[in-house]
Amino acid sequence: MLEFTDKGIYCPRADVYIDPWKPVKSAIITHGHSDHARMGNGHYICHKDTVAILRLRLGLNIAVQGVDYNEGISINGVKISLHPAGHIIGSAQVRLEYKGEIWVVSGDYKLIPDGLSVPFEPVKCHHFITESTFGLPIYKFPPTQDIYTSINEWWQQNSAEGFNSIVIAYALGKSQSILHHLDQSIGEIYLHGAVANVNNTLNENGHNFPGIWVTPEMDRKAIKGSMIVAPPSALSTPWMSKFSPSRKALCSGWMQLRGARRRSGVDRGFVLSDHCDWNQLNEAVLATGAENIYVTHGYQTTYAKWLTERYHLNAVEMKTQFEPATGDV
Amino acid sequence: MKAFTTMFTTVDQTTKTNQKIQAMVDYFTHAEEEDKIFAVSILIGNKPKRPVKTSELKEWAAQLADLPMWLFEESYYTVGDLAEAIALVLPAQKKEQQVSLRETLALLARLTDLPSEEKKELIIDYWMSAPLAERFVFNKLITGNFRMGVSRQLVIKALAKYLDKEQTSIAHQLMGKWNPYEETMSSMFAAESQLDKSYIPYPFFLAYQLDSEPEDLGAISEWCIEKKLDGIRGQIIVRNKEIFVWSRGEELLTDKFPEFTSLQDSLPNGTVLDGEIIPWRDGQPLPFQVMQTRIGRKNISPKYLKEAPLVMVCFDVLEKDGVDLRERPLMERRELLKEIIAKHTDGKLLLSAAMDFTNWQEVAVFRENAREYNCEGVMLKRKTSPYETGRRRGNWWKWKTDPMTVDGVLLYAQSGHGRRANLFTDYTFAVWDGELLVPFAKAYSGLTDKEINELDNWVKRNTLEKFGPVRSVKPEFVFEIAFEGINSSPRHKSGVALRFPRILRWRKDKSVKEANTKNDLLQLIEAQKP
Repeated sequence: MLEFTDKGIYCPRADVYIDPWKPVKSAIITHGHSDHARMGNGHYICHKDTVAILRLRLGLNIAVQGVDYNEGISINGVKISLHPAGHIIGSAQVRLEYKGEIWVVSGDYKLIPDGLSVPFEPVKCHHFITESTFGLPIYKFPPTQDIYTSINEWWQQNSAEGFNSIVIAYALGKSQSILHHLDQSIGEIYLHGAVANVNNTLNENGHNFPGIWVTPEMDRKAIKGSMIVAPPSALSTPWMSKFSPSRKALCSGWMQLRGARRRSGVDRGFVLSDHCDWNQLNEAVLATGAENIYVTHGYQTTYAKWLTERYHLNAVEMKTQFEPATGDV
Repeated sequence: MKAFTTMFTTVDQTTKTNQKIQAMVDYFTHAEEEDKIFAVSILIGNKPKRPVKTSELKEWAAQLADLPMWLFEESYYTVGDLAEAIALVLPAQKKEQQVSLRETLALLARLTDLPSEEKKELIIDYWMSAPLAERFVFNKLITGNFRMGVSRQLVIKALAKYLDKEQTSIAHQLMGKWNPYEETMSSMFAAESQLDKSYIPYPFFLAYQLDSEPEDLGAISEWCIEKKLDGIRGQIIVRNKEIFVWSRGEELLTDKFPEFTSLQDSLPNGTVLDGEIIPWRDGQPLPFQVMQTRIGRKNISPKYLKEAPLVMVCFDVLEKDGVDLRERPLMERRELLKEIIAKHTDGKLLLSAAMDFTNWQEVAVFRENAREYNCEGVMLKRKTSPYETGRRRGNWWKWKTDPMTVDGVLLYAQSGHGRRANLFTDYTFAVWDGELLVPFAKAYSGLTDKEINELDNWVKRNTLEKFGPVRSVKPEFVFEIAFEGINSSPRHKSGVALRFPRILRWRKDKSVKEANTKNDLLQLIEAQKP
């Protein structure tokens, strides 16, 4: 029912693409990250919480249709529904059913709840498409609550020593889960514009994320012992050096490896990810009951081989153009 | 292990020297007394003997983690560090157990002689009772490649701060080989503990490469200028009628140099000389490589003594008649040195000559042609300088001649370790031999982080074949390789061996066809011959 084409994952019967990387007529978008939600498509379908994010990032005049989780729509006999993926706010798995055959495109997902997005729900299917960003047994993430505690302790200590704490995290998703868990009694929270933009959009839609937008006219030298949340693009820019003295931390699953931590050139690395680690991936794949697994972005060769060998699944690797699993965030 | 691991983690997480020193001081302040001396030993780079084969460790870890071997290997390549890969794949900790650093090292020492099955049991028990960070440190200790990320100088600073002593006395007390099982903090660092350790060398005074114009050093008349020879920096100590020869790497090499044995009778007691040990025949230094093969031998046969006779070219005296001379000005020490060499050494020791130059321009010309004078540059020493401790700026400078260079084609790439794990950073370069590319050098350093990332990306997209962690790539890029020496070597495919090869620059302006040839390399060797 689904094909892997040079424009993306395609359902010919419904004539719809999922997260296409070239402009198409009709696109289902799993979530608002830029490697999944791209410009130029004629018509967008996504979860209702993703609508505002798409408008923020792709423009106010896109044609977008928001649907709720589990709310079925039907296109040319194909029953399509979205299901929680637990990756970021509004992220969804796409379930497609035609004549009893069920496919699920999981997009990006994780099993551990982040307190913000609707937690992942396994969906029974015959064909399951999964990412493999952290598809090696070296990636076993520590409990997230421990990480949030460490971030607060780190902030507290920096603050006591007169340093600002700069946390580097994706503007959409991770920034909000961190903000949600910060202990606001420690001090003030400041935001990079990219993070503030996303927050404003989400706050208009019923959320309530803390933090002060750092505007150009603000006297940054007056900020002391505070927390600053910024995206990776702000690293080693003049914008960032104005907060001196400061200590910096990267929040990413890649921080599990010492080499990546040391290469990053920041003071701390917190292992915090919106993707599945090794154990979550295995659990998720098995929970679908699917016989056919298509492994995409990440360690697809290795992970497909593992699924075939260990669980006797019909697992194959699929090349996609979602952001490759390289060292940044 | 908990306190030691905490210190390691703090040191590992920061690049700021003050934080590293503070982490060590905190450790020494709070750690169990009996652990401290072991920590000192590891901090300055002593490594426990490897008690198990890495192949066994891999196998046990994969088994315990319930992983097929290929997946473990794949994980290991990605991490780039065996100790870390094992720590990460193992199942979660099963029980709490506090083991001290001393007990841990004692366990490792005990393992060596146990049968494989017992080793396995003890190691698995340790793994399953340690949290991730402690597992990692334990594995680093087992695999014998533990590097703490602190220089000796930093350890000395931390100890000086903790013990409230002078850095120079700590540096001196740490010299030489000592056994943490036979020492305590007080036996090591108490003031009187030096008296019965007659074999201990002085900390070496090391020079930085000159990084400004020589004219900035002031009048040439204030400087003593010597050849910089390419040998083994060493200290000869004669005390109580016994000779000790130490290398700068603090290895006791007395047995490697039977030439010097008779000096224990001819040199007065309480003499310490500093110099460069080099192979020497007919009034001329021989290439470094001649000595290297000899040093590697366990037993030095008469054949080697004949083929590679050694001398020490001395440039300093640190102790005479048991008196520490290090605070005296250089020229005064040199006068005493001349006297000692003339009276007591019978041609086995030579004096490093101070060369006469009337201006810096002449020095620059000499340096440029240094290889013709069988040396690798010049040493510039302020005539009034004391003999300092460790690597210092100001009074001594080395000014090495520019390296030789060859343009090579990138042929293989391998992922690095540590900070460079999971990045292709170790490269093999080739030169043309007719229509064939023959590898001639491996180099790890010399590119910027940005270039490394760019090349890493390219390697991933242009791999021809994979052999484990090694990839062969399309011959497309030319790099300028710098090195300090070149010699013929039957062990290498290209027939040459380079000394200290490193990447000088990425020659994007050159095509593969413009790389050097094997013949060019052979000519470089020819040109060196006297």
